[in-house]
Amino acid sequence: MNQRIFAGFLIVGVVMFAIAPVYIARAPYESTMGLIQKIFYFHVPAWFVMFSAVFISGIFSAVYLFKQKPVADRIAFAAAEIAVLFGVIGLITGPLWARKSWGVWWQWDARLTMALILEMIFCAYLLLRRYGGPGSDKLAAGLALFGLANVPFVYISVNVWRTIHPATSVVPQLAASAPGMFGPFVWCTISFFVLFFVMLMTRIRLEEQRAEVERLHLIVEKG
Amino acid sequence: MRNFFRVAWLVMRKDLKVESRSWEMVSTTLFFSVSCVLVFSFAFVREGRPIEGAAAGILWIAVAFSGTLALGPTFERERYHDALRGLLLAPVERSAIFAGKLLGIVLLMTLVEFVVVLLVALLFQAPFIANVLWIGALLILGNFGFAAVGTLFAAMLVRTRSRAVLLPILLYPIVLPALIAGVMGTLAVIQTEPNFDLARFWMSLLLFFDVIFATLALWTFEPVMTE
Repeated sequence: MNQRIFAGFLIVGVVMFAIAPVYIARAPYESTMGLIQKIFYFHVPAWFVMFSAVFISGIFSAVYLFKQKPVADRIAFAAAEIAVLFGVIGLITGPLWARKSWGVWWQWDARLTMALILEMIFCAYLLLRRYGGPGSDKLAAGLALFGLANVPFVYISVNVWRTIHPATSVVPQLAASAPGMFGPFVWCTISFFVLFFVMLMTRIRLEEQRAEVERLHLIVEKG
Repeated sequence: MRNFFRVAWLVMRKDLKVESRSWEMVSTTLFFSVSCVLVFSFAFVREGRPIEGAAAGILWIAVAFSGTLALGPTFERERYHDALRGLLLAPVERSAIFAGKLLGIVLLMTLVEFVVVLLVALLFQAPFIANVLWIGALLILGNFGFAAVGTLFAAMLVRTRSRAVLLPILLYPIVLPALIAGVMGTLAVIQTEPNFDLARFWMSLLLFFDVIFATLALWTFEPVMTE
């Protein structure tokens, strides 16, 4: 990718993240949860990014499996790592909210359970890439595809199972119900996606360079 | 299509014939699942009274553990004398080979579960026999989903160094929704006041899981097995 565009995204991301805390601090306090509700501005975008990364990883894994394009594997691998990272952010910020809101750190609620399962699947993906040896790229691609297939279960389960997690309708209705919170929320979401894009591009570039080094190494070895 | 079923049938028959000559997989899996149930009964049965609802969880843990043990050697036998390569080079649909393997595993798991269900019913005083149709249907659906994902992963890992460690690591997070549905469905059936509507819902979720993951497994078997 053009380095200027990349640098542009990087600067935008840094500026947006620098402004985000000010924006969040100025947002109105939620009446029952108070200060702790402000976790929402990082918690929800973190899950948005995690789900997007899972989606990208699953789709590009399928492309790699069926079209054998190495670039698809690099994108899938990069997205899987980012999915795990943002999943960890979601899993850390979630219990902080839950402790105040529900009185417990963790509940075996449908959405929490399924989010944890997704996180586990992508941790397994990384373990497979790390310890699977030669050929683990294809196996990992199969696993990511199965991970993606688990995503509908996450959403269906929320609507069918009884759950104490705030419903999916909270975010779409935010603009009407709490306009003061909607602005910072959108700001943080865009910031997270810019960060996601920058990280994804950096990670893909790293994989490309690693593949190139391997190729050159093989050439040298063959003499 | 007829050829597909014929190949699947032949692969399954071959696996069952090999198994019937040694009983290696059935005997080891059965012994392991019985040991599991016994260990759980030491922990969860106090003064002759089991913890309420424990039976459902223990039944499905035994299914998951013994299933993993059974999946390990499924493709292991094919590794000797390059049998796997021969099987993959055969002019037949690879998905049919997968289907045959899957059916073999489901049958063997079901065989082992006959004993496990009776043992859990006995030790945990669970009304499995009174609700045999419900429990049977839940187990068959659960077995199928578990084995569909497991057979694919066992096949994928056959050329990998640390396959014994990696199989449960990859398998459990994927099949967790099926295990949750199995446990909750069984619980709905065996509780003091059975809730069959809830059991039916969990059963449909299991069916939904089976259809999606069996289709995906059939679809991905060919590319992941290409060298």
